[in-house]
Amino acid sequence: MHEYSIVSSLLDRVQRESAAHPHAIVRSVHVRIGELAGVELPLLRTAYATFRERSVCVTAELEIEPVAARWECPRCQQAIAPGAILRCAACDRAAHLVAGGEIMLDRIELELPDV
Amino acid sequence: MCSECGCGDPELVPVDVHEHILADNQARAAHLRAHFVEAGVLAINLMGSPGAGKTAILEQTARSLAGRRRLGGVSGDLATDRDARRLEAVGIRARAITTGSACHLDARMVHDALHHMAWRELDMFFIENVGNLVCPAIYDLGQAANVVALSITEGEDKPLKYPVMFRHADLVLLTKIDLLPYLDVDLATIRVALARVMPEPRVIAVSGKTGEGITEWLTWLEAQRAPAQRVAP
Repeated sequence: MHEYSIVSSLLDRVQRESAAHPHAIVRSVHVRIGELAGVELPLLRTAYATFRERSVCVTAELEIEPVAARWECPRCQQAIAPGAILRCAACDRAAHLVAGGEIMLDRIELELPDV
Repeated sequence: MCSECGCGDPELVPVDVHEHILADNQARAAHLRAHFVEAGVLAINLMGSPGAGKTAILEQTARSLAGRRRLGGVSGDLATDRDARRLEAVGIRARAITTGSACHLDARMVHDALHHMAWRELDMFFIENVGNLVCPAIYDLGQAANVVALSITEGEDKPLKYPVMFRHADLVLLTKIDLLPYLDVDLATIRVALARVMPEPRVIAVSGKTGEGITEWLTWLEAQRAPAQRVAP
């Protein structure tokens, strides 16, 4: 259940970011999570729903963008299907994961008070 | 307030961050890695299921390197310090990290443990992670390499079921190989499964009981040390 630890880090990060805008309200938090990141999205949502209560994210929606895993040959850029042997048969090179490992905080949206 | 049309909707301001959510852990891990490299200590993050044989392999490693390499380590355990005591019994300077409910070690826990240890005098430092094939994989601990212990009793399909752990592995130790005659397990099937989740599937079959494969494992360990630290065996 490392999703709780990830949410805790996420809330700390958002807190630091929102501190630069003293009266702003955090409305949404946008993250990208890769298929091979080792993060379970339902658990992440549950952990977020639990932990946001006493944080700056109490009224902020968590928007998760899942990213499919994509392996490629680093030489010829040929895609290597997930589940296949992770080696380019033509170039004899080990595949690189070019997408799907993300545990990223992309952006947050703040509501600024009327001035 | 929206000033375009006077609709009353609040004004939303996007703030781009584009940062790894575990950036704090990564920064601490980078700090640890710099320490290890500068002190010439090879740090290995040893992961695997509970009961995969992580401690047994370290015991066999210590017996084989006795008097030749100074070994140290930390053992992550939910509730006890049993593994750390087993390591100490074979001459590994060890410290337990009791994680309570945490299913993995993070860089802060390892860093805190180092403060209580004379780790700079060591040649190799083993971070025996909490037994778990999921969570430990995503936390960088400043290691030079990730090693996953996979016992042959766990079944041939474990790599396919836990791809994230094996994606991060630099080496897989197939442990309890002495049990092979008693099991319906095909090593070739395990190797193919690993090749589907690990781009560079390096595998060494070992037994903590008979010592099989330990020489190959020690050779691999030596090769991970920076060239200047290597000593001819």
